[in-house]
Amino acid sequence: MFWPSSAQASTFMPVQASKIAMHVDSLYEFLLWASLISCVLVIGGFILFSIKYKRKSESDRTPYISHNNLLEFLWSFIPFVVFMVVFAWGFFVYREMRTMPQDGLEILVEGQKWNWTFYYKSGKISAGELWVPENTPIKLVMTSKDVIHSFYLPAFRNKQDVVPGRYTALTFNAEKKGDYQVFCTEYCGDQHSAMLAKLHVVTREEFDRWLANDPYKGLSLTEIGQKVYGSRCAMCHSQSDVKMVGPGWKGLYGSSRTFVSGDPVAKVDENYIRESILNPNAKVVVGFGPASAMPTFAGQLSEQEIMAIIELIKGLK
Amino acid sequence: MGTAIVDKNKNYLNEKSGLWSWLTTLDHKRIGIMYMIAVMFFFLLGGIFAMLIRAELFKVGPTLFTSPQYNQVMTLHGAIMVFMVIIPGIPAFLGNFFLPIQLGAKDVAFPRINLLSWYCLIVGAAVVFWSLLHHGVDTGWTFYTPYSISTSNGTTWVVAGAFIIGFSSILTGLNFIATVHKLRAPGMNFWRMPLFVWALYSTAILQVLATPVLGITLLLLVAERVMGIGIFDAKLGGDPVLFQHFFWFYSHPAVYIMILPAMGVVSELIATFSRKTIFGYKAIALSSVGIAAVSFFVWGHHMFVSGQSEVAGIIFSFLTMLVGVPTAIKVFNWVATIYKGSVRFDTPMLYALGFLFLFTIGGVTGIILATIATDVHFHDTYFVVAHFHYVMVGGTLMAIMGGIYYWIPKMFGRMYNEYWARITFVLIFVGFNVTFFPQFVLGALGMPRRYFDYLPVYEPLNRISSVGAWTIGVGFLIGLFVIIQAIFKGEKAPENPWGGKTLEWQTASPPPHENFHNQPVVTAGPYEYR
Repeated sequence: MFWPSSAQASTFMPVQASKIAMHVDSLYEFLLWASLISCVLVIGGFILFSIKYKRKSESDRTPYISHNNLLEFLWSFIPFVVFMVVFAWGFFVYREMRTMPQDGLEILVEGQKWNWTFYYKSGKISAGELWVPENTPIKLVMTSKDVIHSFYLPAFRNKQDVVPGRYTALTFNAEKKGDYQVFCTEYCGDQHSAMLAKLHVVTREEFDRWLANDPYKGLSLTEIGQKVYGSRCAMCHSQSDVKMVGPGWKGLYGSSRTFVSGDPVAKVDENYIRESILNPNAKVVVGFGPASAMPTFAGQLSEQEIMAIIELIKGLK
Repeated sequence: MGTAIVDKNKNYLNEKSGLWSWLTTLDHKRIGIMYMIAVMFFFLLGGIFAMLIRAELFKVGPTLFTSPQYNQVMTLHGAIMVFMVIIPGIPAFLGNFFLPIQLGAKDVAFPRINLLSWYCLIVGAAVVFWSLLHHGVDTGWTFYTPYSISTSNGTTWVVAGAFIIGFSSILTGLNFIATVHKLRAPGMNFWRMPLFVWALYSTAILQVLATPVLGITLLLLVAERVMGIGIFDAKLGGDPVLFQHFFWFYSHPAVYIMILPAMGVVSELIATFSRKTIFGYKAIALSSVGIAAVSFFVWGHHMFVSGQSEVAGIIFSFLTMLVGVPTAIKVFNWVATIYKGSVRFDTPMLYALGFLFLFTIGGVTGIILATIATDVHFHDTYFVVAHFHYVMVGGTLMAIMGGIYYWIPKMFGRMYNEYWARITFVLIFVGFNVTFFPQFVLGALGMPRRYFDYLPVYEPLNRISSVGAWTIGVGFLIGLFVIIQAIFKGEKAPENPWGGKTLEWQTASPPPHENFHNQPVVTAGPYEYR
């Protein structure tokens, strides 16, 4: 993780990967200075007064000062003006942040427990890795398959909740090539803190090459299975017999499963695995659940990828 | 009003004895003490969960728990601290005890309802703990849909418990409003009421108006979970963001239910220990009412990135800035009260100054979060965690502690140990800053909240934070012993050890059953130090 280590010493913020990040940071810096000055005035003030007017004897008398309307006006009005300045400043930066590009590159983002999937218009589907060309306005159109997630790009100072049943959008324009962290920032259960993704900002040529590239070319079915496992399944399934959110895969193939529904005991075969990937709630095994623990991967995995997963599980004896 | 036959040795503590006399008491002072015991117990529990959270986060990777266990611990810490400690903490405990006395009344307006509200808290808490033993609950204290609909069955019970606890809050608020309007002593007009009463009065209005909305929302959630009615779940045609609107429509005013009473306590402490008339009495009193009023229109600032419209976000940002103004007014008036005062640094005053210190930092970081463009970055990161702990712990808990030490002589007729009390203050104050200041930096660097595990770059600051948390833990533990020692073994306290001017200092320590041997008649304001 390289971005926080190159954080700026002045404001303790992550690297700035866009112009808007710079604008947010200028506002933040102003707010920090204003905060510091207010704290010094207030905290310094009461420390000074309480030491200076420390009680000398129990017969001390104090002057009777009930109020001062000019002071009351000043210390209401001056903060009000400062608040209005930062409100307006925040408004302008926010407007810039939220103005969607007319001719940007649109990518569909789907959140689900606990994966990010990116759909490109060319038909390419990428799990856990968002590739974009540099200096291009990007528009992410986002939705969730299950609960609310939130797509957070610290280097771009941008964040948007990803809500089931509706589309939300987020835009950014990366000015610096590099790899950036994506977090999920809306609590979504068990593996919330592992729901990470990588943003790769590359040149236009590299991006086009990536888009056209078949990542599975020349790989065996098991090797493809390993790749899919790494980006899709590793959050909840181990390749040993350790039980995580879901069962471990070692020795799974051919084993007997008892179901919550009381359906007859069945052996794990190709069709069972396929059904579990595409319709996970059809047969929930005793000891797992709630029923919604595993989301469906229908439409996200190709036939080739499903076969590769089955092949991988079969090989884990 | 017989003045002839008064037994000076009788007080509310020894008037009757036995557990049953406590459990069926209608005396607001005894009910206040029962709240004190309940709240201290819940605080201990919530505190243990806090220590466990910081132990888990001490280093990268799993330390103590699996992630589902951590999520349950995090949920319980939040739910217990919010619903069972911070909300009832000042109003139901200190307020119950002192609001009637400060008004010169014999009791609250509805003593039976007062007792009922205590039982609501206990029954609600019992339901919550019962569900904890049977199913884990892992939704976070906010119960956001649709996650809370799909997760374990315990959620239904915890939500039901929070619903019952809500009634405790509503009934206490109702009682206080009626008491303030109907039971003031002769001569006690509104402008002679202590600022603690003003703060409790504003709080009571919030409790009565806002809490029912939470109740309804939680009922809808239960209806959705149990009967499958599609209100919030997108799968059933509902809108998950609607839940957030409902939830924060209560829970934002609730933030002021938590902080306004604390501000009231601090006003008392600063005036008494500066031995000076409070500066800008009317400004402080009315700013409480102002905060209460504006607080109903700012809930959307919890939802800047939730998918609510941009225009709504901008309006909420603007309205939130307006809450800053009455808050600033209070802070400046307190500082001005100290000016030319005669300041004594007894433990209650240390807590009041600690409050001023921490609350100011909590306040200015609140403005950073109210600014919509910066909030997009900070939302749901540790910056927010640090901010609300500065306000809730640095503000409310500091005030509770200050209030306890201030009023222990009155409540129990005994003094606490000043030396040890100061040591606990130093531990809590220093530990607090060590815990939560690094979290501002963590948040700015992008560390999201409610994370069971984090990237290795965040480890050093998390370690500092954990060490700070354990310092606070030690501080509160010693503090607990100081309080218990004072109650049972403390030196006998005089009627008015601090030279306070409000009515509770005009009666015996501890006060008699009906508070005053003779009906007090009020002829001047509450802080007439001249």
